[in-house]
Amino acid sequence: MKQFTAEANLENNQTVNIPGEPALVLRDVHKSFGTQHVLDGINLTVVRGETLAVLGRSGTGKSVLLKLIIGLQNPDGGSICIQGQESSGLGLNEMNRLRIKMGVLFQHAALYDSLTVEENVAFPLARHTKMSQSERSERVKELLRSVGMEQDLNKMPSDISGGMQKRVGLARALALQPEILLLDEPTAGLDPITSSEIDNLVLKLQKEHDLTSVVVTHDLQSARIIADRLALLDKGKVAMEGSFEELAESKDDFVREFFKRDS
Amino acid sequence: MESTSTETGTMIYRSLEWFGDLGSFSWKVIRAALTRPFELREIIRQFDEIGSKSLPLVALAGAAVGTVLALETRSSLVRFGAKSMLPSAILFSIVHEMGPVITGLVVSGRVGAGIGAELGSMKVTEQIDAIEASAVNPYKLLAVTRVLACIVVLPLLTLVADACGIFSGWVAETLADPISLLRFLDKGLTGVHFSDFLAPTLRTSFFGLIIGLVSCFQGMRTRGGTEGVGRSATSSVVLSSLFVILADVILVKLIIIFFP
Repeated sequence: MKQFTAEANLENNQTVNIPGEPALVLRDVHKSFGTQHVLDGINLTVVRGETLAVLGRSGTGKSVLLKLIIGLQNPDGGSICIQGQESSGLGLNEMNRLRIKMGVLFQHAALYDSLTVEENVAFPLARHTKMSQSERSERVKELLRSVGMEQDLNKMPSDISGGMQKRVGLARALALQPEILLLDEPTAGLDPITSSEIDNLVLKLQKEHDLTSVVVTHDLQSARIIADRLALLDKGKVAMEGSFEELAESKDDFVREFFKRDS
Repeated sequence: MESTSTETGTMIYRSLEWFGDLGSFSWKVIRAALTRPFELREIIRQFDEIGSKSLPLVALAGAAVGTVLALETRSSLVRFGAKSMLPSAILFSIVHEMGPVITGLVVSGRVGAGIGAELGSMKVTEQIDAIEASAVNPYKLLAVTRVLACIVVLPLLTLVADACGIFSGWVAETLADPISLLRFLDKGLTGVHFSDFLAPTLRTSFFGLIIGLVSCFQGMRTRGGTEGVGRSATSSVVLSSLFVILADVILVKLIIIFFP
């Protein structure tokens, strides 16, 4: 693959060179809700095939960041570039064409509770592909097999556990073979063993599908396992960006405090 | 005194903001309704949810109104020596006013609460976000289908309410003073024209539009977890019932003007 160099401009104007072709670039992104400035000039670059974990305290705008990327909310300022295409100002049809390139796993999986597991995974396929019923059914089974849920096709979301819902959510997120995977707290509310299973599953799927991923998480262990690079948010800005080891060895008070809690 | 005027000002501001948001929501729904693909399977599912499942309640309400109307009207007409007018009075009252209004209110209670709670729950559990993230227009999938089903189903349910009301009115009347159903209908339909039946029945489509739009709007703007879902369900019922009653007053006047 042709190698490019992406530049991530941090808060204090330092520039980090990240080898690779940029899949996702956020430049000076701002977002406020009323008087509360949630994101105050976020700069982030994710290169193709890379996994970036976004960490930070509750209420620092991590989930808002994902919603801005997927176009569920609009930034107040700055720009978001997805696969080389500027997303702000796009019409609904153009935005939907971009959304098809992205798969999203929501914090509580957000499975449609009136549909079965099978119908949930088939939902994007039925709307965006010309697959026949049998082809779609085969693809759904294949996706559910890859997340270990092939036995639960006909169950309703309310009949399966939180961990199983996350697995089905992952299968649904991968249904249209996206290039970018956005994960919002994939291990939140799960026990340590299930969290570890989800981490390993995400890692396996990232490799199998050659995905670029952005993972929002509180879970440092999870971030260490699944992410190539971490970005720590504080007060609406990227406080520090780098590998897990670089952040763990940081002398910055906030970063040390954040890592101390989990050590 | 100053705080009262501030509160009034805030209330007026919020009301205007609500109407503005409802207008913006309605525009999105209209735009979504006019673009492909049309969610036919979901529309049919909503016909069943809103129509078939409201049928027993609407039929029961219509029957109850017919019975009460027959019992109440009978004593009044007997007092004024106009007992023979009873079938006409029952038929005219049910077809013109009671059937459409009772159907509108019953459906706004059952369906308004259902839509408000269902969409509210989908909103707070991020299911609506997930639909949008799947590059599917949630206004088309969730709102257009429900609004359209309400518009089509309301007049059909009104026919059922009318039929049940007239039948139960006949039953109540025949228990007091035996009369055959055919004779009852024949006497009742004397002087009743097709326009007497058409305009009041079709005005329930407008009630359907109100119920569908207000309930979907309240559901899709839900905030604040399960408490918010409860608030959305309640406000859907209260607001759609209120607007059905207001619309009824305006539409009755318009019908009198255009179908004298």
